[in-house]
Amino acid sequence: MKTTLHTILGAAALLSGTALSPAFAQDIRLGALATLEGPFAQSGLDGMRGVELAVDAFEGKVAGKRIVLVKESSNAKPDVAVAKTRKLIEQDKVDIVVGPLSGGEGIAVKEYAKSVPSKTFVNGTSGAQDTTLRDPAPNFYRFTLDGAQWQAGLGSYAYESKGYRNIAVVSEDYSFPYSQVMGFQAEFCSRGGKISQKNWVPVGTKDFTSVIAKLPDGVDAVYVLLGGADAVNFLTQYYQSGGTAPLIGSSVTVDQTVLSSKGAFKNKVLGMISAGPVADSNDDPKWAAFVKAYKAKYPDGLESPSLFAHGYYVSTLAVLQALEQVGGRLDDGQKAFQAALAKTELTDRSPTGLIRLDENRQAVADNFVTEVAQRPDGAFYSKVVTVAKGVDQALGMDRAKFLALGPASRDNPSCN
Amino acid sequence: MRFYILLSLNALTVASLYFLVASGFSLIFGLLRTVNMAHGAFYLLGAYVGYDIASYTGSWLLGLAGAAVAVAAVGLVMHLTLLRTLSGDELRQALVTIGFAIVVGDLLLARYGGITYQFAPPEILYGTTPMPVIRGYPTIRLVVIASALLVGLGLWLLIHRTRLGMLIRAGVDDRDILSAMGFNVQRVLVLVFALGAGLAGLAGVIGGSALSVSPGEDARFLLSSLVVVIIGGMGSLAGAALGALLIGFAEQFGLAFIPNYATLLTFLLMVAVLAVRPQGLLGRG
Amino acid sequence: MTPMPQQLLRHPVLWLALAGLAFPLIAGEFWVGTVAARVLIIGTMALSLTFLTSSAGLVSFAQAGVAGVAGYTLALLSPNITGVGMAVPWPLAVGAALVMGTLAGLLVGWVSVRSSGIYLLMITLAMSVSLFYLVSQNTEIFNGFDGINGLKPPELFGMDLRAPIPFYGMALAAAVLSAAAVMHLDRTPFGLQLHALRNAPRRVAALGFSTTLLRIAAFGIAGLIASVGGVLNTWFSGQMSPGAVDVHAAVNLLVVAVLGGIRHPLGAFLGAAAFVLLENYAASVIDRERFNLVIGAVFIVIVLFAKDGLIGLIQQLRAQIKPAWTGVCAKSGRKAV
Repeated sequence: MKTTLHTILGAAALLSGTALSPAFAQDIRLGALATLEGPFAQSGLDGMRGVELAVDAFEGKVAGKRIVLVKESSNAKPDVAVAKTRKLIEQDKVDIVVGPLSGGEGIAVKEYAKSVPSKTFVNGTSGAQDTTLRDPAPNFYRFTLDGAQWQAGLGSYAYESKGYRNIAVVSEDYSFPYSQVMGFQAEFCSRGGKISQKNWVPVGTKDFTSVIAKLPDGVDAVYVLLGGADAVNFLTQYYQSGGTAPLIGSSVTVDQTVLSSKGAFKNKVLGMISAGPVADSNDDPKWAAFVKAYKAKYPDGLESPSLFAHGYYVSTLAVLQALEQVGGRLDDGQKAFQAALAKTELTDRSPTGLIRLDENRQAVADNFVTEVAQRPDGAFYSKVVTVAKGVDQALGMDRAKFLALGPASRDNPSCN
Repeated sequence: MRFYILLSLNALTVASLYFLVASGFSLIFGLLRTVNMAHGAFYLLGAYVGYDIASYTGSWLLGLAGAAVAVAAVGLVMHLTLLRTLSGDELRQALVTIGFAIVVGDLLLARYGGITYQFAPPEILYGTTPMPVIRGYPTIRLVVIASALLVGLGLWLLIHRTRLGMLIRAGVDDRDILSAMGFNVQRVLVLVFALGAGLAGLAGVIGGSALSVSPGEDARFLLSSLVVVIIGGMGSLAGAALGALLIGFAEQFGLAFIPNYATLLTFLLMVAVLAVRPQGLLGRG
Repeated sequence: MTPMPQQLLRHPVLWLALAGLAFPLIAGEFWVGTVAARVLIIGTMALSLTFLTSSAGLVSFAQAGVAGVAGYTLALLSPNITGVGMAVPWPLAVGAALVMGTLAGLLVGWVSVRSSGIYLLMITLAMSVSLFYLVSQNTEIFNGFDGINGLKPPELFGMDLRAPIPFYGMALAAAVLSAAAVMHLDRTPFGLQLHALRNAPRRVAALGFSTTLLRIAAFGIAGLIASVGGVLNTWFSGQMSPGAVDVHAAVNLLVVAVLGGIRHPLGAFLGAAAFVLLENYAASVIDRERFNLVIGAVFIVIVLFAKDGLIGLIQQLRAQIKPAWTGVCAKSGRKAV
């Protein structure tokens, strides 16, 4: 009987791939999940670079244990993200997963995390509020800001420094832009600013001219929440249609994926303001050191590390720092490690200032308001104009009041 | 008033682009009875190849011509290697073109990545043309409308005023008789397939200049072509034009007034037409 | 009509069931709960298409969409963290999902009743894409682009149905039952009418049968099978979003059915196995990112050279081996099996 059982177990181990590469007790297996397929492949690739840079920063070891990195790819679809996370946990036997990249994926992985409490999940860059705000998983940590936090500082800058009072919105129609608008409104509308028109367009809209024709005359600015190809198309068509009102961008409207796209629209976006967790030019010497390490290791990488590289970088750093603190011990069902991780603060290691967690294991960190500028060699970049310090998930409001606002949606909160 | 004129012009622009893509699709179907599910991939391939040629030579027009020729050649090869062996089995032909589209789409993603490309057409095309009432309209979009008119006229002349067109018309009606009369039908089929593919490549450059080029455009334009020719009637040039106009107007007015359901509207239009008149508005039963 | 034991032994569905039952004995939890369960789910959805094609000669791009209707119904009637819909007891939710999926199947059949061949392929594609745009643009009911999250299968007699082995068991039962139903249906008078519809629709009409009703009924049955897969798929991924009903999902299902062999019920499962294995292990063959390249190329080869897909290849192989085997047996004086 015993022999049969052993044979079966042996066969099972063989099939699951563990028999050939027995896990050494001193190794720590770290899974990284990002989108290496489909239209977000570039972003996912940059995220993976962040993970590698963080492991390099610890020279591949923590407390004498080797870090074994297992990469897995999703395609921005939640079901695929869960399937691949499952594979990392069940087949590749990783202890900790860093990822995923996009909002819907984050919520799905958080739900899965609840079913495996003895493993630890650290968000990559996904920015949906509800991943940590409502019904959080006790073993899911997010060292990056959420979509609403990523707009911190922008509303007050637009109101006070730019003097905008009445604006219109053109936005893709899903939860990430909803939460970004919420973050913007928290400052802009409480100061008395008005949003006179919101245009929600389906993701993937390519021809915006009819929406542009509908924009009211006499608004002070147009707040654009579009990403990638949609952003490029809108910007081009806006100026071709003779649009003159200045533009405000979301965290992804004028990031490097758009600024490094080919096309004539770029001459028109100089001076456009936006906000996000990273800025291409940042005086902090630790940011400069991060950029230098990035460029040295990835000469073919982006002009400047994207928010994806940054998010995966700081998340992995946090994991390694907490592991260091507990001497690499994970054999207690990761209890000591998870407790350490919840208290982890990134100070000297962080390229973007202090990062700490709140009671829901959600990051409190700095956010950057930027302006598009041009280098002498002609390349476009985002320049820091002001920094919002220590942004929390309730955007400085009373937490209970903030939660009472309910989830962000097309019309919630309103501002007209 | 200004708003409605703008909307109509936008609708015309989109309709023109859809017609440019769908005309080749319809032409191929009319004669070969092949539903070329790789037509969207041809569009995207043309856009990227055209972009490479245009940025290498610095000439937008060369990019336009090069894309048309290159995609026509790819279409030719695909027809000779994949489709001819399955001649007569329309369903398997459609399937094999799906496989081809998957492969081409992935190769393009590998080569060009996920970023967005935008053509730099000559300065003169990139500005705004002054117009009464609406003050001005982007020149490149007027170019799109003009090219659709030109291509439409060219195709009409080809089909109704040339020997090849005569053969095409005869082939649409009865391929076997034409063959029995001693004409080289296979040659006509290959030429038409290459022409249809080349038109998709040409549309890729024009569409890429008016809008932009990025992964996923292949599926988008395949679907729009399908909708256009199904509504208008498969294999009918006038049908493609009518279908493109209907979809263009439905889409742009939808986007302006019910943005959330604009695309849904176009597909429901198609389902309705198919349920009532399966051969399309101008198709022959 | 009771099949002889010997006949039963040759019954392909029995082999599917046996292989399915044996699998957990030799494979690890990941293989059973994630890979094999997924094969069975995709296989069941593809089976709905295989049924349409093999019995009635119909093709459809809408089966992923129909499965999605069932999936969305289930999601809306189950407890979820998105805060949409209304939770009802789970047997009711599952029942409603199957009913709605079947109705969706009937609707597809009814709208497309006058189309055939590639026209049918296109109208079903259009309906499937319409569904995609509806669910991705409607936030009030379907929560748009982000879909409905946090769905779980129920607990049954204290057993967590989402645990790998119980979930696999459920998927296997659903797959075997669906396949058996399709095989059985083939021999009923209704199945024979469908065959007739495939081979000579005019004669069927001349004999006084309503071809319209026959076709719609076939789509309804296919809708029910797809719904079974849709329900399982929703529980499997714990969420329902427009990605499950987009163009790629529709194309993938057709690829799976054709890959395995669209004329045989087991082809759907064979195709699903090939698809899922390629998806997981294309990485070791070539670059992970190039999965589509591999699947596209394999698909082209199958369409060009193997009309009946993988199952056709296996049958050919068996046909070639059998004479040889008989020959060997004859020489050695044994009785050929």
